[in-house]
Formats: sequence, C-alpha cells, structure tokens
Amino acid sequence: MNIFSLFGRKTTAPVARERLQILLSHERTTNCNADLIALLQKEVLAALAKHIDVDPSKVQIKMERREDVSLLEIDVEIPTPKPDKKPAPVAAKVSVRTSRRAGQAA
Amino acid sequence: MAEVMVVTSGKGGVGKTTSTAALGAALAQAGQNVAVVDFDVGLRNLDLIMGAERRVVYDLINVANGEARLNQALIRDKRIDTLYLLPASQTRDKDALTEEGVKRVIDELRGRFDWIICDSPAGIERGAQLAMRFADLAVVIANPEVSSVRDSDRIIGLLDAKTLRAENGETMEKHLLLTRYDAQRAGRGEMLSVEDVLEILSIPLLGIIPESDEVLRASNVGSPVTLNNAQSAPARAYLDAAKRLRGEDVPMIIPSQKKGLLDRLFARRAA
Repeated sequence: MNIFSLFGRKTTAPVARERLQILLSHERTTNCNADLIALLQKEVLAALAKHIDVDPSKVQIKMERREDVSLLEIDVEIPTPKPDKKPAPVAAKVSVRTSRRAGQAA
Repeated sequence: MAEVMVVTSGKGGVGKTTSTAALGAALAQAGQNVAVVDFDVGLRNLDLIMGAERRVVYDLINVANGEARLNQALIRDKRIDTLYLLPASQTRDKDALTEEGVKRVIDELRGRFDWIICDSPAGIERGAQLAMRFADLAVVIANPEVSSVRDSDRIIGLLDAKTLRAENGETMEKHLLLTRYDAQRAGRGEMLSVEDVLEILSIPLLGIIPESDEVLRASNVGSPVTLNNAQSAPARAYLDAAKRLRGEDVPMIIPSQKKGLLDRLFARRAA
C-alpha cells in the first residue's frame, strides 16, 4: 500500500452492494410473480371467454415494478365487428389500468 | 429429537461440502450422534473430504431403492464414534433419487441420530430440491462475492417455497454461514462486508469462516477442518458455529491466524 492507494483508488465493495440490492429487489418480485402472471392470464381468459370472443394471444398481462407501487397491466384486444354484421360494442381495446403505448402490435 | 439440516448455496465451490464435514464433525465432537448425507449424486465428494472414499460399498440410492439396508451403507468415522457418513452414488444420476425414497431414508435416520446433515448439490434443480425437501433448518453458505450472494438469495426463496415445512405453512429456519471471508480486504472496501451480506440476504448469521490455507490442507488429507487442526482459525469458527446450532450464545468474532515473525516477513514479500 502506498500514499496513492490511500487517496486515489476507489473501493469496489460499495459498487457490489448497490448492484446486488438493485438486482435482487427486481429478481425477488419476478421469481415469485412468474406463477401469478401465468395464473392470471389463464383466469382472465376464462372469464372473458364467457362473454366475448377473444384471441388468447391478444390478452397481455404484465407486472411492472416501480419505486413506490407496482403496476399490473392487462391489455385485452377485441376485434371490431365488420360493418355488414350486426352492430356490436365499439370498444376495440379494453385496458385495465393500462399505460397506452404508441405502435403496439396489433 | 432429531434435526434435519440442509447445507445449501445454489452456487458451486463456495464450501458446502467443507462446511458439512466441519459442522458434522464439530457436532459429533460435542457428543452428538451425527449422520452426514451426500446428496450430490454422480459427483460425490463428501466421502473424499471425510477421508472415507475407500470404504464406500453401498450408497444413498441403494438404500432409497431398498437394495441395501441403512446399516450396510452408513460408514462410521474412524476418528469419532458418533459420526457417520451416508455417501452418494457415483455411477447414477440425480434422476435416480425419488422423493419417496429420500423420505424413507430420512425417516429412518431420524430414529437413530440427533443431527442429519444433508450436503446439497449445487444448482436449484431436482437434486438440490430433494436435499432441502425434508429439512427442519437450513444453513445457507455464501462467499462475500456478487454471484454467490445472488445465488444464495435464490436458494432462500426456494427454501421458503419448495420445502415440506414451507408447504405446510411452517417457518423454515435459515442461517447464513459466510465462508472465505477476508476481514482485511473487507475493511479496505475491496470485499463485501459481513454487514453488507446480512443486509442484502436478511437471515440470521451462524458464523464467519475466514479464508484460510488450512481448508485445502485438511481436504488434502481427508479430514474435516475441525478435526485436522482444531486450533486453526477456520476450525475455531466452525466449532463456534456448531455451538450456536445447539443453542449456545457464542460471541461472533472472526478468528484470525496467529502469525509468527517469519509468517509476517513472508506475507510482506508475497504481497
């Protein structure tokens, strides 16, 4: 050890601690939520299927962790009925607490 | 009453087998009846660390499948009368173990021993999950290093989800054993400190095992660290940890190697 190492070298352990804290706070939620999301996907689909005809691939469920709260996002895409058929509800898309993003895949 | 304890970590090479042997021997040295069980099917090593590799005839899978009786497979330690080893199979793979078979073996061991210590394989797959399945308490081994701490966090999650105790809604007792710790490097901020790891993993601390040449020396000759040189720093740390397991209140100190003048001179030259 010399005089330069006392002042010049940055310690690396605090970096390790911070990286771990951020990573693990994320992994802890995704690991235990993986099953929950799959379960929700299945049950939401089943509930919808009783009332509307939806394509299973057009139901998207996501869990997003933010600083203070986590956001559960359920996007359900319902096809607009053709004009020559009987008029039906106009809603093309039902979002539950959704955050709309531009350019979402159809 | 028998205690079934799993020694686990997720990551490989952090000291599960060394710690299983050292804690098992330390508990047996204190007069407890101890069985150490190797769950690392296909990659057994506990026999080698215990110095019993030439005495293996039957193994865990033979007993689990009813091909051998428990008495035929258990190997009694030559140094301590109350210490026994149940080795893993070297020729089979981890799929050869069934939950029913493991349960039968553990139940039978419970009737004969005070402590049953299950040495888990690395990973989070079937072998590791079977090793923890019937445990009453867990010792989570971690090194003060990012990948080991991350894997330990994952294993803690599994202990709270996949064990029989967790499924029955009971709490799974978990203890952290921090191994390969270098107090000087931690002091200089080059290594995660005990406090850092405890804050991240938030489970109670069982002991701090200092990094030491003694661990390799003990494994070279096939002797648990606590038996090979009971005065060495890691041996004293393991002996203290074993006392804490038995409910004794032992102050948490990090044993250090006593260094002579020559050691100090050579340490300076090597640095």
